[in-house]
Amino acid sequence: MTSPDAKDSDRQGKTVVTIEDLYKSYMLGRMELPVLRGLNLSFYGGEYVSIMGPSGSGKSTLLNILGCLDKPTGGRYLLGAEDISTLDDNQLSAIRGKRIGFIFQSFNLIRQLNIIENIEVAMYYQHVPKHQRRRRAIMLAERVGLADRIKHRPFELSGGQQQRVAIARALANDPLIILADEPTGNLDSQSGAEILEILNELNAQGKTIIVVTHDEQIASQTHRSIHLLDGQIDRIQSNGTGE
Amino acid sequence: MLSRIIGILLISLRSLWMHRLRSGLTTLGIVFGVASVISMLAIGEGASQQAQQQIAHLGSTNIILRTVKPPDQEVADASQQTIQEYGLRYADTERFRETIPDAQVVVPVRRKPKQIFYQSRRITAEIVGTVPWYTELVPIEVLLGRFLTPMDMHYSQAICVVDETVLDHLFKFDDPIGRDVKISGEYYRVVGVVRDISAVSGAQDDTSLQSSAQSNGVSGAVYIALATMKNRFGETEIQFGGSTGMSGEKVELSEITIKVPSMELVLPTRVVLADLLERHHKKKDYQIIVPLELLRQAARTKRLFSIVLGSIAAISLLVGGIGIMNIMLATVSERTREIGIRRALGARKADIIVQFLSETVLLTLVGGLLGMILGACIPILVTVFGKMPTVITPGAMILSFGISAGIGLTFGLYPAYQAANMDPIESLRHEYPPPRNSPQDIVNADTYNNLPNDDAKSPKVQDRVHDNEFPFGVARNF
Repeated sequence: MTSPDAKDSDRQGKTVVTIEDLYKSYMLGRMELPVLRGLNLSFYGGEYVSIMGPSGSGKSTLLNILGCLDKPTGGRYLLGAEDISTLDDNQLSAIRGKRIGFIFQSFNLIRQLNIIENIEVAMYYQHVPKHQRRRRAIMLAERVGLADRIKHRPFELSGGQQQRVAIARALANDPLIILADEPTGNLDSQSGAEILEILNELNAQGKTIIVVTHDEQIASQTHRSIHLLDGQIDRIQSNGTGE
Repeated sequence: MLSRIIGILLISLRSLWMHRLRSGLTTLGIVFGVASVISMLAIGEGASQQAQQQIAHLGSTNIILRTVKPPDQEVADASQQTIQEYGLRYADTERFRETIPDAQVVVPVRRKPKQIFYQSRRITAEIVGTVPWYTELVPIEVLLGRFLTPMDMHYSQAICVVDETVLDHLFKFDDPIGRDVKISGEYYRVVGVVRDISAVSGAQDDTSLQSSAQSNGVSGAVYIALATMKNRFGETEIQFGGSTGMSGEKVELSEITIKVPSMELVLPTRVVLADLLERHHKKKDYQIIVPLELLRQAARTKRLFSIVLGSIAAISLLVGGIGIMNIMLATVSERTREIGIRRALGARKADIIVQFLSETVLLTLVGGLLGMILGACIPILVTVFGKMPTVITPGAMILSFGISAGIGLTFGLYPAYQAANMDPIESLRHEYPPPRNSPQDIVNADTYNNLPNDDAKSPKVQDRVHDNEFPFGVARNF
């Protein structure tokens, strides 16, 4: 693999995400259903964190908020220097595109686009010029080992390959954080191991990665595991590999 | 910027191409809508131009007075043995010439169908008895020889001018000039050949504007001096037959045409004429035809015609537009997940709107273009097979193309707006409706991928796993 993005080295050890007293509730009819109840968290540049917890513990809500797909009901969320809770929809879109790389359980590639175009999508919305977009997409495809597949369509690839495309896409705009939601959940153990290997390498190169998982084995590879229960932090477990 | 627009259009094209059949069928609505607008307008325009040409041929500054047989009950009152006298008279001509200063040209005409003989050939043609200045009303083109002259008039010469139809029938190979033809037992020397008037005015019209004689198997015309006609044929015509035995009619003139110098004078002159005629004719044995009025009426009719045809066509365009909106709504809901992905990757609402709107506009523009081609072909077919004149105006082309583009924008806006306002979280979580042996799902393999893993999938579905996006269940938690 090629060298990590230059900016990552500047971020090492600095706080990239700060959550203060984060509160989120949904309205079910007239009843207010609290999902997150006062979370305080910080993530640092170059950190590899896992978020764990049983169903209904608020993991996915937290991930939606971290990914700027949702806004908190109360509290503050600082991504880099920006306070997310004050931004409007267009600004949130821009933040998602520039600062966050998503890796989904179900890969979520766009069917009608080929591999290289799927990687380009995120850059397209940031108005990166076409030739630059193409160059970087090819570089990223090489980085995840799919240089010979760039003209294929998603359904022509195996699950593991599709997830590698998704990783390349997540890296496209050199985001502050990479959010991975059960990245191996739809894969067989072999492909899953390959994906984890890539994530480890990315982290080793300085990427900040937050992964949501049920899998203890994945969690054990991360620096820290944050366990949620009923919308609150149950415990934070340090796995001793990093920091 | 331009390259970005082209990029957007290319991506839209790709999405549309993925559903070729659906896109094609949707476009068809617009194609037929636009084609019908263009062809309806072309047919309407053609019909009105034809009518206007025919009327213009009568002359927009002319007023035509025509002899008509008075109503029947008066005929019954009159003794059946006597000769019935009616119609326009020479005296009327003189009166007009003397009392109406605006009457620039007054042309009396008498028409009578007769058989014309030349050697062994014959033809039934209309004998038009008229004056030399007849040519000032009707643009008569002299092909050979000359038309009637004041000398012919003055001396009641036994000469005639034939038109092309008569020429073709009687003189297949001979030079007609100087030959004698026989009409009602008397000889007339041919001095000229003129072009058919009916050929000039287009197809024989059905608006009864031409003289009635032409409808009953009479073809061609022979022009003779009015004075000659008066001398040789007289004015009385006796008919034998019927249960009553004998009846007679006396008609001096069949038609008087008055030409005024300008269109503004047409209507006032008409009023004066009507007064004058009413005073001197006890019976209503004449008819006043004003081509200018007919022209205006034709314009009104044309406008109405165009509105009716246009609205029918517009409705079909509207239906096409609704069809497009319907399909786009289906497309949007089918691609909910794609919208979610794009939003997660940084697409703003405006980006989503542009994407779906450009697909709709592309559909309608392609439909509009195809419709224009089809719309240009249909009138040609109508002209060839339906024998109807059609005129395609550039205005109709631009109008219908503009309408189709407008429909694309209007009907694309709502689906695009809906797409843009989807909650990104919801749309990322979106699953397709559970397939249960519906044919659609066989086509759309993705449907299976998005099923939750809770109930056992059939082995057949498992086989497809390789081309599926998510074979083992779905992220419900993100």
